[in-house]
Amino acid sequence: MKKSLIAVTAALLVASPAYAQDTVKIGMVAELSGAGAPAGTNWRDGIKIAVEEINAAGGILKKKVEVTEYDTQTDPQVSRAMVQKAIDAGAYAIWGTIYSGSTMVNMLVAQQNSTPQFVGSEAPAIVQKGNPFVYRTSSGAQKGVPALTPYFKNTLKAKKVGVAWVNNEFGKGGRNVFIDEMKKAGIEVVADVASEQAQTDYASDVAKLKQANPEAVFVYMNQEESARFLIEAKKQALSMPLVGEVTLTEAKVIELAGGAAEGAIAHVGVTATATDVPGIGAFAKKFEETFKRKPTHDAIKGYVGAWATKYVTEMVGKFDGEAFSKKILGLCLKVADHPKILLDTCWDKTGEMSRPSFMVQVKNGSPVVIGTVPAN
Amino acid sequence: MSQFLQVLLSGLATGSIYALAAIGFALVWQAAHTVNFAQGEFVMVPAFFVLIGMGFFGMPFWLALGFGLVVSMLVLGYAFKKMIVEPILPHGGITLIIATMALAILLKETVKEFYSAEAQPFPALFSNTPMNFFGAAVSMQDILNLLVSLGVVVLLTLFLNRTRTGRCMQAAAQNPAVAEILGVDVKRMVLYTFLINAALAALASFLITPVYLAKFSNGETIGLIAFIAAIVGGFNQIRGALVGGLLVGVLDNLTATYVTAQYRAALPLVLLIVIILVRPQGIMGTSEGRSV
Repeated sequence: MKKSLIAVTAALLVASPAYAQDTVKIGMVAELSGAGAPAGTNWRDGIKIAVEEINAAGGILKKKVEVTEYDTQTDPQVSRAMVQKAIDAGAYAIWGTIYSGSTMVNMLVAQQNSTPQFVGSEAPAIVQKGNPFVYRTSSGAQKGVPALTPYFKNTLKAKKVGVAWVNNEFGKGGRNVFIDEMKKAGIEVVADVASEQAQTDYASDVAKLKQANPEAVFVYMNQEESARFLIEAKKQALSMPLVGEVTLTEAKVIELAGGAAEGAIAHVGVTATATDVPGIGAFAKKFEETFKRKPTHDAIKGYVGAWATKYVTEMVGKFDGEAFSKKILGLCLKVADHPKILLDTCWDKTGEMSRPSFMVQVKNGSPVVIGTVPAN
Repeated sequence: MSQFLQVLLSGLATGSIYALAAIGFALVWQAAHTVNFAQGEFVMVPAFFVLIGMGFFGMPFWLALGFGLVVSMLVLGYAFKKMIVEPILPHGGITLIIATMALAILLKETVKEFYSAEAQPFPALFSNTPMNFFGAAVSMQDILNLLVSLGVVVLLTLFLNRTRTGRCMQAAAQNPAVAEILGVDVKRMVLYTFLINAALAALASFLITPVYLAKFSNGETIGLIAFIAAIVGGFNQIRGALVGGLLVGVLDNLTATYVTAQYRAALPLVLLIVIILVRPQGIMGTSEGRSV
């Protein structure tokens, strides 16, 4: 009798949903504190909305998504340890990181474990390393920055420009691409001003740009640095157009810089202000209702990364990193078939992403779409 | 020339705020013969008191500034003295220094926990509209920052040297035992010192946060630079803290503009080493005699 009871109990345990692995673990590794916190928290919150939707839609391959958050503290070495920790805990995929300096270090860990990794980083070097397990959630600087060249050449008709950039992996990547692009376009770079991450005083940087007197300045910094730069630029009456890639017109930058952000222009891979795009409009509305603030492009990137994980995994039909990699490299997802991808999106053989993008300008305290740029 | 003027004025404006924080090091040193390594956090926190006043209590900005000032004096002045300095000081200066380090971490992590790790915008006290000053565009904010800081130092110096209370505070700082025999209420004088330090830190916070933005980690930068400014100027002299603050602010900007921006963070440390080697008591400081 006793043996029978044990056998029945064991059989029930094996058969029960709790015993069967009915969840898929994902490691959300992001900059939740430190200099990258504005980007990391938005990335995380975009993911939260995506995961809620994915689970409501039956999860991935009928398994509920279970996300564990890991804070990199905006430290590359910590991020590496966190990715390892997530993989050791059984993560099927990694979502993050945002800062390129961290991704450059931690993506090797995911690669060694054949773990798919969606990143918000935009430094060109990330997809040039030949890592088949790292995928962008927005275009890298080598795609985004060239999209600005026609703006400098044809719209601003600039003959000499300045560049103000943050001296980290993200900033260096964008700055190098920009300088090459200007050379190709026959535009002279008369000021090349580097600043440090988490720098607080931009008086000398702005003074240098002012002295060089360019017709426009390309600003390539992270959010807080961008805001501080804009505040100082206003204090010193820097009068030429300030044009950025991605961050310069973000909601957080506008909030921090206040009136100093007025008039700033940027090319953005994706923006929550593009509410004419139905998916983006719905996401922005839901994000604002949930978190009582406007989403940044990092929130959309996190959202897209999470949904791309579901779409591609279900195309593969199993949780297999190697098979995932083979499937996504060279894949295009159409919004018509995969609405939550928000815009028609392709990944090339390096994990680089292509999709339509936008030019935005800060007007009356809000980023306003002033043009679209086709996918390149 | 306009660029030099621009950089010089910006450096003076920022340096004057460092000076306010540096004075705090000098005051606490005189009152308790210890170094308050939470001084940077003392400058970071008041901005959040103001944001709490505006965000949670719906106060207008100017009222919130008053609220921030009062709460700063209560928490960073009165409570700091009563709950940390008084109980720990009898166990020695080193113990107290370690306690201030712990306090710095506590303040930083508390702000991060309750107000998020993200930077917050902070309204400017003065207009940011630029004015032409011999070819340099200087904001009203920079000029008034400089004037307010200089005014505070002048008033503080006058208060300490020309008023009875100020002289009693100096007497209490220099020789508490003798001051007490002469009828000075030493405990009260020490309390005044801590309250003044908290008020100065709050003022520095209100002036610098519109540019630095309100962030839990701001104290690290401000504390280090102010500490170096205090040593460079002379740790036992208020006017030395002013000179040190202005010197660090100006040299930082001049170096970043004309030499290299990449090593600007190292400049204050280089300056510190040079001063320690050449003039250990600081530019304006006086040697303190010791009997052995």
